[in-house]
Amino acid sequence: MTAPASQESLPQRSRLALPASIDGILLTLVAGAAILWFAPVGMGRYGTYVLSLWLVMSIAVMGLNLTLGYAGLKSLAQAAFMGLGAYTTAILTAKFGVSWYAAFALSGVLTFAVGIVLGFPALRVKAHYLAFVTLAFSTLIWLVLRNEQWLTGGVFGISNINRPEFFGIKLFGALEFHRFVVVITFILAVALWWMIRSPWGRAFMALRENPIRAASLGVDTRTYTLLAFAIGSAYAGFAGALYAPLVEFIDPSPFSLSQSFFLLLMVVAGGSGYLLGPFIGALLGVVLPEWLRFAGSLYLIIFASIVMLLLIACPQGVSGLFERGWARLTGKNSGGKNSGGRKGTF
Amino acid sequence: MKSHWIMAAALSAGLGSPALSQDKVKLVDVIELSGAGATAGTNFKNGVDLAVADINAKGGILGKQIEIVHYDTQTNPGNTRAAVQRAIDEGAYAVLGPVFSGPISASMQISQRAEIAQIVAGEAAGFTKQGNPYIFRTSLSQTAAMPKIAKYLKETVKAGSIAVVWVNNDFGKGGRDAILPELEKAGIKVAVDLATEQGQADFAADAIKVKNANVDAVFVYLNEEESARFLRAAKQQGITKPMIGETTLLGAKVIELAGDAANGVKGHVGLSIDAPIPAFQDFGKKYQTKYGFNSDHNGLKGYMAVHMVKWATEKQKKFDKKGLADTLRGATIKPSDEPGILMETTIEQNGDLDRESFLAEVIDGKQVITATLPKIKP
Amino acid sequence: MAEFTAYLIAGIATGAIYALAAIGFTLVWQTSQTINFAQGEFVMLPAVLVLLAIKLLGAPIWLGALVGIAAFILIFGVGFKLTVVDPMIKHGVLPLAIATMALSIIMKEGAKDGFSAEAQNFPSFVPTQTISVFGASISLQHLAIIACAFAVIGLLQWFVGGTKLGRQMQATAQNPTVARILGIPVERMVLLTFVINAALAVVASVLISPIYLAKFSNGEVIGLFAFIAAIVGGFNQVRGALVGGLIVGIVDSMAAAYISTQYRLAVPLILLVVIILLKPEGLMGRKEERRV
Repeated sequence: MTAPASQESLPQRSRLALPASIDGILLTLVAGAAILWFAPVGMGRYGTYVLSLWLVMSIAVMGLNLTLGYAGLKSLAQAAFMGLGAYTTAILTAKFGVSWYAAFALSGVLTFAVGIVLGFPALRVKAHYLAFVTLAFSTLIWLVLRNEQWLTGGVFGISNINRPEFFGIKLFGALEFHRFVVVITFILAVALWWMIRSPWGRAFMALRENPIRAASLGVDTRTYTLLAFAIGSAYAGFAGALYAPLVEFIDPSPFSLSQSFFLLLMVVAGGSGYLLGPFIGALLGVVLPEWLRFAGSLYLIIFASIVMLLLIACPQGVSGLFERGWARLTGKNSGGKNSGGRKGTF
Repeated sequence: MKSHWIMAAALSAGLGSPALSQDKVKLVDVIELSGAGATAGTNFKNGVDLAVADINAKGGILGKQIEIVHYDTQTNPGNTRAAVQRAIDEGAYAVLGPVFSGPISASMQISQRAEIAQIVAGEAAGFTKQGNPYIFRTSLSQTAAMPKIAKYLKETVKAGSIAVVWVNNDFGKGGRDAILPELEKAGIKVAVDLATEQGQADFAADAIKVKNANVDAVFVYLNEEESARFLRAAKQQGITKPMIGETTLLGAKVIELAGDAANGVKGHVGLSIDAPIPAFQDFGKKYQTKYGFNSDHNGLKGYMAVHMVKWATEKQKKFDKKGLADTLRGATIKPSDEPGILMETTIEQNGDLDRESFLAEVIDGKQVITATLPKIKP
Repeated sequence: MAEFTAYLIAGIATGAIYALAAIGFTLVWQTSQTINFAQGEFVMLPAVLVLLAIKLLGAPIWLGALVGIAAFILIFGVGFKLTVVDPMIKHGVLPLAIATMALSIIMKEGAKDGFSAEAQNFPSFVPTQTISVFGASISLQHLAIIACAFAVIGLLQWFVGGTKLGRQMQATAQNPTVARILGIPVERMVLLTFVINAALAVVASVLISPIYLAKFSNGEVIGLFAFIAAIVGGFNQVRGALVGGLIVGIVDSMAAAYISTQYRLAVPLILLVVIILLKPEGLMGRKEERRV
């Protein structure tokens, strides 16, 4: 599994790492994309749809993982950013006939910009007040989506959202669109992988582990935290831009505050600060409840119990669990004890 | 198609489902069992279960037993779409539910593409106006019900001004958007147009606002518990003006929860276990015995939905999914042919229903039907 | 004026409930860095358990109430602390907060499946009459809520400030390390705050359920407002949570009355943001001692 993204393990990371430009994570991403490209063949539309939904949510969780797992900021508005992206894309493509690609880019730009505007005053005060500001923002966005019917369709939502074309190939079918989602997810995941390994990424991590020391080492704390939050939010915007054509209908409910909490749950349960954690987290949050449907009305209780027991057993989430197992297997102490979020103030 | 989903079951380890046995017909109920729609959804589910038990006890449909599966939508459009897709992949003969119009709108294209009937419990006006021939209602739409309310307000209550209290979800907003033009046509002034939150617990501020508006009547269009909470808050604030409602406000659950505060409530009722039709009352008793509480109109809708499937299947004499929808469209189902439909129901080409409805009043904690209104196109 | 008084009393009554929930919230935060996202469900559940006990045991109300409340405090005071908080506390704030999110799903779904998906009446211990104050009709239920909530909060203040046990608890909250050196049984003090939190939730539940009705989903709104109240009040003081709760309750009521019912939820949140930007430690809060 991945090397932990915590400070004490950084020296070990270089020892464990494969040749400089390629590492296990990238290989896993490539292999995962290849498997997911072919996986739905013969799986039926339902299975394909759930896989696509999983990937789309993974993108949003990846963004939150950057914000939370790498930069240590608590954002409670990831679903609201996803909603901004989804509504931007839906309104532009369904009402104004704008191409999906332009709408996708605009969704990212808009959520990035909103992230900056929102993060700037909050982070000026203190990093963890971002949680409170995003809490308010999340509810405000939801209210606007619900109340401003002239723009957003209000409680009735927006239906008949078209799926994009890919160089003349229509992506209406479940399988075609799924493959499209696989490609986009792969590109975004690799971009994030690159970002984390760049000097930028190291600055993010330095920030999470010890903001005061990072500042004293010359990291421009405010700019980096702000950027981490804005990029994380832009990923939510991208996820929303895919969610709208995937479901072909949006209303305000999937972008409520409770959904933002749920995305947070996915990050932590998957393993915050691990690059592949979001995929596992979204698997838990999106696919596990579907698997548990055989349990009938109790399926949500079973789901929540699994999450709770998982966190009690291993607060670093599934990634931490894998890592612990790997460390035991190889007899190495990989030192990932404290990567699930630092102790201290919220 | 079938080999497809068997492979899916093998491949996706749980994302598929066990194969269907030959002597059963599978119905899938995609319904709100958690989230905001849980109360309505649970009633609908119980109604469906009751109908399936009744039909299976009498030998099923064309000799086949019904196999019913309920999938929770969490009142979330994305999940609803997954559930309806799953139902179709599993070879469902028809899809029942959901209740809320968001989840309906997110899933109805799926059943349309698969050419399979989806029989829903939604009342909002919009989704039968999109030309989808596979969507069917189980109750009157708001566009059918609201003119009756406006007429009642004008002729019976003789209201000159009114407060409209509505819940800000697709149900309440849809009803509000449907009644405002009707009120205007009837020359009734809307003095207060009051939105409330879904799941709102505290109605004191809203009641004070209504009280101070000094209107002739109050039209309350909220979900069950919210209706009860509002009625209690209104009583505490000493509002004595007539409370007028549509179906939910006069429902058994609201009367039980609101207690004294429900007395004197009047209005229009689409479906009710208290309707002066023995079949309705029998259903109400059966439901109460099995589940320990009274059914609201959603329970009746679930019961009727399954019987719509039964009637159409027996009419076409085969299990043809597309044929089921074709048979339902434009049909009139009479209780003499299919007792489970409970009352004569005409299904219009777009999936809307036309049937008799009632005017009612709450007297001493009981819903009393005061008049029966004819079908719109008798 | 009469109108304003009526809105004010209604706001204070709901605010008092938010305050009760917010105080418990800040207590467990102070002593054990637990952010309890299930706080709203903590207020929802006691009423449901009481009704369940009455139904299952066929018991009279007082016995049902006793059994339900005892069960709640045992499971969600002591049990919650021992099985969820203790194993996770050393791993930081976030995993524990997420675990309480999962707990809130379990409580909500459990109440729905184990009891009822529908709202149920909950017996009121005060008559549902109204009295007239300055021309406004004020319900006795609201007055009783305000009186009881303030009595309980007063009692708690006296306990924390005026008894040895309470002062030990306070010392634990302020600095566990020093408290331990001073010979205070820190573990037992932390447990005590969880029991107090559960007891406050019970009080809030019993007070509010006759009006709100007992329903599995009631915790969502209460939890959100308790959280906002705790932040507005400063997150680290009982007094702050009290003031925060009242402000949020009154602002909510006034927003519905004079601004917009469609956006009423936005007003307390905008207030929250303004307070954070102007006075980050909250209205009554002190600058936090525990820094990184």
